[in-house]
Amino acid sequence: MTGPERFQSILDEDGKIEPKDWMPDGYRKTLIRQIAQHAHSEVIGMQPEGNWIARAPSLHRKAILMAKVQDEAGHGLYLYSAAETLGVSRDELVDLLHRGKHKYSSIFNYPTLSWADIGAIGWLVDGAAITNQVMLTRCSYGPYSRAMVRICKEESFHQRQGYEILLTLVNGTAEQKAMAQDALDRWWWPALMMFGPHDADSTHSEQSTAWNIKRMSNDALRQQFVDMTVPQAQYLGLEIPDPDLSWNADTSHWDSGPIDWDEFWRVVKGDGPMNRERLEHKRKAWDDGAWVREAAEAYAAKHADQPRRVA
Amino acid sequence: MVYEGHGAPEEGSEPTGTGRTGWPLWEVFIRQRRGLSHTHAGSIHAPDAETALQNARDVYTRRSEGVSLWVVPSVAIVASDPDAAEEFFDPAADKAYRHPTFYTIPEEVGHM
Repeated sequence: MTGPERFQSILDEDGKIEPKDWMPDGYRKTLIRQIAQHAHSEVIGMQPEGNWIARAPSLHRKAILMAKVQDEAGHGLYLYSAAETLGVSRDELVDLLHRGKHKYSSIFNYPTLSWADIGAIGWLVDGAAITNQVMLTRCSYGPYSRAMVRICKEESFHQRQGYEILLTLVNGTAEQKAMAQDALDRWWWPALMMFGPHDADSTHSEQSTAWNIKRMSNDALRQQFVDMTVPQAQYLGLEIPDPDLSWNADTSHWDSGPIDWDEFWRVVKGDGPMNRERLEHKRKAWDDGAWVREAAEAYAAKHADQPRRVA
Repeated sequence: MVYEGHGAPEEGSEPTGTGRTGWPLWEVFIRQRRGLSHTHAGSIHAPDAETALQNARDVYTRRSEGVSLWVVPSVAIVASDPDAAEEFFDPAADKAYRHPTFYTIPEEVGHM
């Protein structure tokens, strides 16, 4: 069997492609782009939540939030490693992000204005991410699929802690409940936009589906998320900010109103509320850490001759 | 979908594979609990072995996933060639007699 024949036969059997296998150039490029964007999203995603670590309402919530933000850093690292199996270096990918050549999920270009936003992010943003990532555990590229399995296991805590924050707020004072409603009002539509353009406008979907990278369409994933989330909002006693939201007895799904795609494209193209600040902060953190990297390298060079520990 | 790009890739957004490579890569192996062997968990960048162990602990065992860690420089891994896998593993393919089910033992003999 030739390389291309074996590649196709693995896909036909719903098998996994591994790093050293022959793969089409487009498959490799698509994966590098997607996994890098995914990794960048995890890393940039630390910022909106990191914003509230020092202001968490209790030590208990602070410890949880720190653990969650650490997880996001870890997820970024799993994903950069997966991308590296495709023949690129992490530093190069990070550099492309810093130069604005690579994107990350637009959701992180929205600000976290109140503590309730930390609840809404865990519940809605991580909820949407989980919906997508559960699908990606079945993607055809082995290292990406394995990273997704690991990440999904950890994300479950993220979503539950977010929901619990909101549950606490809605059972608090009227002001706290209003804060929770305000967070839902601001995060609902951006969370739906996380699934990307409608299927008819999704440029890469067909090829990604043929390659078993994508196993469900944007709209199908979005619908799954809406159906899962509406009853959870009802339990909180919060109102989803969509006047057209209604139960469709024929399809047994919730029908949503139209998404503001102008806003979506505006944020994707760089004009969201926080785009500039997120990237500036990221670059600054990288530059400020230069002396640590240099010191670690100098230390490693100095001790290079010493014997290593045996496990 | 959340992480796929929209529209054509921007000019200069394709990595060239020639950029700075940074710290060496290490493969991480975790012994989940005593009595089990170490299994591959992923990889990590670190300037030296000691830091690699600490980074591996922070990235791969945040939830008590292991009781022992190995880190091995990725360049030290020698891998078989997937393109030659058929020939490479072929010697085992026609030796069914290496498996216990190859042999018929009368039922009266009982479990063996």
